[in-house]
Amino acid sequence: MFTWLTIVTALRILRRNRLRAGLTLLGIVIGVAAVIAMVSIGEGAKQAVQKQIASMGTNVILIWPSGTTVGGVRGAQGGAVTLTVGDAVDLKKKVHVLTDTGWYTRGAMQIVNGSQNWNCSVYGTSPSYLTIRDWSYSSGGAFTQADLDSAARVAILGQTVVENLFDHGEEPVGAAIRINNVPFRVIGVFSPKGQSAQGWDQDDVVFIPYSTAERKVLGTQFLGSVGAIAASTARSEDLETAVEDIRSVMRARHRLQGEQPDDFTIRTQVDMGKVQEGTSETLTVMLMVIASVSLLVGGIGIMNILLVSVTERTREIGIRMAVGAKRVHIMTQFLIEAMTLGVVGGFIGVLVGILAARLTTIIAGWPTIISSDAVVIAFIFSVAVGLFFGLYPANKAARLNPIEALRYE
Amino acid sequence: MAVIVNPLIVCQDMWKVYRVGDVTVQALRGVSLTIEQGEFVAIMGSSGSGKSTLMNILGCLDKPSQGHYWLDGADTGSLRSDQLAEIRNQQIGFVFQSFNLIPRTSALENAQLPLFYRGLPLRQQRALAAAALERVGLRGREEHSPTQLSGGQQQRVAIARALVATPSLLLADEPTGNLDTQSSREIMDILSALNQEGMTVILVTHENDVAACAAREVVIKDGQIQSDRVTKAKIHVAEA
Ligand SMILES: Nc1ncnc2c1ncn2[C@@H]1O[C@H](COP(=O)(O)OP(=O)(O)O)[C@@H](O)[C@H]1O
Ligand SMILES: [Mg+2]
Repeated sequence: MFTWLTIVTALRILRRNRLRAGLTLLGIVIGVAAVIAMVSIGEGAKQAVQKQIASMGTNVILIWPSGTTVGGVRGAQGGAVTLTVGDAVDLKKKVHVLTDTGWYTRGAMQIVNGSQNWNCSVYGTSPSYLTIRDWSYSSGGAFTQADLDSAARVAILGQTVVENLFDHGEEPVGAAIRINNVPFRVIGVFSPKGQSAQGWDQDDVVFIPYSTAERKVLGTQFLGSVGAIAASTARSEDLETAVEDIRSVMRARHRLQGEQPDDFTIRTQVDMGKVQEGTSETLTVMLMVIASVSLLVGGIGIMNILLVSVTERTREIGIRMAVGAKRVHIMTQFLIEAMTLGVVGGFIGVLVGILAARLTTIIAGWPTIISSDAVVIAFIFSVAVGLFFGLYPANKAARLNPIEALRYE
Repeated sequence: MAVIVNPLIVCQDMWKVYRVGDVTVQALRGVSLTIEQGEFVAIMGSSGSGKSTLMNILGCLDKPSQGHYWLDGADTGSLRSDQLAEIRNQQIGFVFQSFNLIPRTSALENAQLPLFYRGLPLRQQRALAAAALERVGLRGREEHSPTQLSGGQQQRVAIARALVATPSLLLADEPTGNLDTQSSREIMDILSALNQEGMTVILVTHENDVAACAAREVVIKDGQIQSDRVTKAKIHVAEA
């Protein structure tokens, strides 16, 4: 009964000082909203990364020459090319857990369709590379071993390339295009893959057979050199053994002695996933810290308004004590006021946070996921902050001497 | 056969000393006083003589620096602040010179306050508070806030608050000090009537005609009782 009436009283007092309470609430609202918006952005990013990693195929191993960036695809800038088609073929033969190996070489080329032209990355790959990456096609399909053997002039285009070379509604498959002035026939278009974890457009690519690239378009440093090798295993449990075996085969092939470091880098999708997840987790933690600080600031705001309120209402406290309010009554009254601020602030904060997350998705196009955990935790936290920062003012009020309080001007 | 009734109030050699910086003020200097149940006492004296100090102690809002105060047989000096709060809530009604109503709160809710801290159900609180307001002639003013009431009406709300919990002791520290004669008379009529019903009333006043309502007059000077005399013969009722 007492508690309920006290809540009603507290609400009325807050309503009476609407502007002041509102300004105080702002701190909590911003804090809670920040927690929710940031966590949902963080979660969204995390899930996007995971989805993307899954889309790369889970049992894939990538091998680059050392000295290239982790992304590999950015190219071996000046570094000696140390991987060859021979490496890939030999790996498939000697490492038994591997189901297949593939390879690619890469260069930036001009693509022309009629009067339109476009510059993008052209990959010359083995058909096995396409199978390993397990990409899907929105129309047409992949080139074959026969295409590779005959160095056929066939190409698969990414979505961005299609958009830039073809008019809307025009069918790319079957079209004749020119890559570096060499005529090609389009045999397939990849389904859109979006941005990579590193932030480059995975749809801004053209794929052609490795042999065609080597002999007719890109050329290579020496015959059979490749930019990277991809390999796959049937089961993800085999990845670890596969990596070990690949390493020893490669070291033997490259004649590396005991002390010499590897001249290649091996990464599995699991490794890459870990790196990405680690990054987004750090981000989430950082955002949480920022949000907690703003909640703390909100809490101090609550303490401030309550201290002002205790001072302003000293006489009222005296009156209440004179008619029989015990210390616990006065204490409860101010604590409930503090918690009410926390609850109201938390509630508005949750709404604003969800709205902010939605707007982020709509305006910036970032994926966001409203985590119900974050909502609950932020809300509880804001109430706890109110309670914690209300303790001191409430105690101060409860310890007033009734006579002095009554005499307060 | 004589019926022995415990005196409601027994004060024994009470001192109150205030210290402000290096200066000590002796507001009470050895006050001893006994007041029986059902009495109507007026306390008089010049300003600064210690009347309010005494009233605050009698109302359990303050404690003497020295000496004892028994209320209804209980030694208040040994009670904790929560126990004193309970006594204030159940046994004492206090009326102040400056009304001391809670601002921006309706007359009804002001009058309800002691019952609120007693934990009564809301409906009962409202019913009793409305009855108390009616008792002081404020029917229909339940929803008015203090600023919407005249001084006399505010003091009547304060009296309603003091009597709503039916205390045995009603203390009024210059209740008419801020009021015109008409309002003062109304207030005194209410206090007299309450005393007629058996409530013990102690009242501080400067005005002789206000003091004339009481049956006993205690004069305080410089923190000491200067005179204590019965001004009206006590009317004995019900000797069955
Ligand atoms: N809280 C206090 N601190 C210091 N001196 C006080 C305090 N309260 C009262 N006094 C002093 O005690 C004396 C008696 O005050 P009070 O009881 O209010 O007198 P009265 O009510 O008879 O006018 C006065 O001299 C006053 O200044
Ligand atoms: Mg006084």
